[in-house]
Amino acid sequence: MKRAREFELYVAGVCVILGILLVGQVRTQEYIGESQIPSRRLEDLSDMLRRSDAERMILEKEVEVLREQVSKVVEGEKAAETIRAELVKARMFAGISTVEGPGVIVTLNDSKRQAGPGESVELFLVHDNDILQVVNELFAAGAEAVSINGQRMVATSEVRCSGPVISVNNVRIAPPYEIHAIGNPDALDSALHMRDGILDTLRAWGIEAKVQKLPVVQVPGYKGGLYFQYAKPVSEGAQK
Amino acid sequence: MLPIIGLVAGIIIALFTPLRFPIDYSQYIAIGILAALDCVFGGIRAGLQGTFDSTVFISGFLLNTALATALTMVGDKLGVDLVLGATVAFSIRIFTNVGIIRRHILDKWFKKSLK
Repeated sequence: MKRAREFELYVAGVCVILGILLVGQVRTQEYIGESQIPSRRLEDLSDMLRRSDAERMILEKEVEVLREQVSKVVEGEKAAETIRAELVKARMFAGISTVEGPGVIVTLNDSKRQAGPGESVELFLVHDNDILQVVNELFAAGAEAVSINGQRMVATSEVRCSGPVISVNNVRIAPPYEIHAIGNPDALDSALHMRDGILDTLRAWGIEAKVQKLPVVQVPGYKGGLYFQYAKPVSEGAQK
Repeated sequence: MLPIIGLVAGIIIALFTPLRFPIDYSQYIAIGILAALDCVFGGIRAGLQGTFDSTVFISGFLLNTALATALTMVGDKLGVDLVLGATVAFSIRIFTNVGIIRRHILDKWFKKSLK
């Protein structure tokens, strides 16, 4: 009986191990059953693999496309910034935006001298031609922006006699005429004061002409409408 | 009686611990269970026959388990289900041992009842 007890003890020891292993294995199998992978047949699994592979390929392509789009957007942002800077410059050049900088203010007024007998009154008035010459001289001296009585000189601006007044940008302006010009003040001043230049000629007729050199002159932007009835832009490739 | 108590004790211990084997090792655990089962029935048989030797029992248990595990591993590496060989061997031994135990118990019981 003592022998029997001894073998029972050993067997019981192995049985403890057996019990632990059994429970562990059953749990593992249950877990496998829950996750449902090994219970599927090999064909199912390979089919799933193939399908997910194909799906992954599609997604990879999508990633590629999206990445390209992202880089395009980034490039686009850069382009937009460049375009914005270009637009600011273009608006300045076109005279749409108000600008300021060093320059001169030229004031022209009709002569106070009374016309003598036989003299025409017209000779003592500031004419469109006089203003045009002044403006022309200013541009020639490197003026970057010019306005006459607040009317900005743009590509379509006219300076034209309109009876007793002058019309600029289809707005009638009356003396005294104040011409604002932005540029090198000394260059503009000396261009106007050239010997036998425009100011000499005007002063000869007693027309009041004053030139002020200023560190800051403001030139307002063009206030008229921006529309083109006849002109149409031509793409660069279609130029003749 | 003691082996059954041991089995229940093992099951209870395992139930109260969050024991779970990695899925990769489930095959090894299965063959280990078979080895333990074989060992238990072999031990009972030897005990009943009066030929039980603790050294033989323990060494047999360890070596059989180790061999079965090694076979499984080699089979895994070679792509041959060598584990089936171990399973079949253990199963045959278990059936043989259970048969012997049954006959032994029946003999005892019949002798008792005859007396």
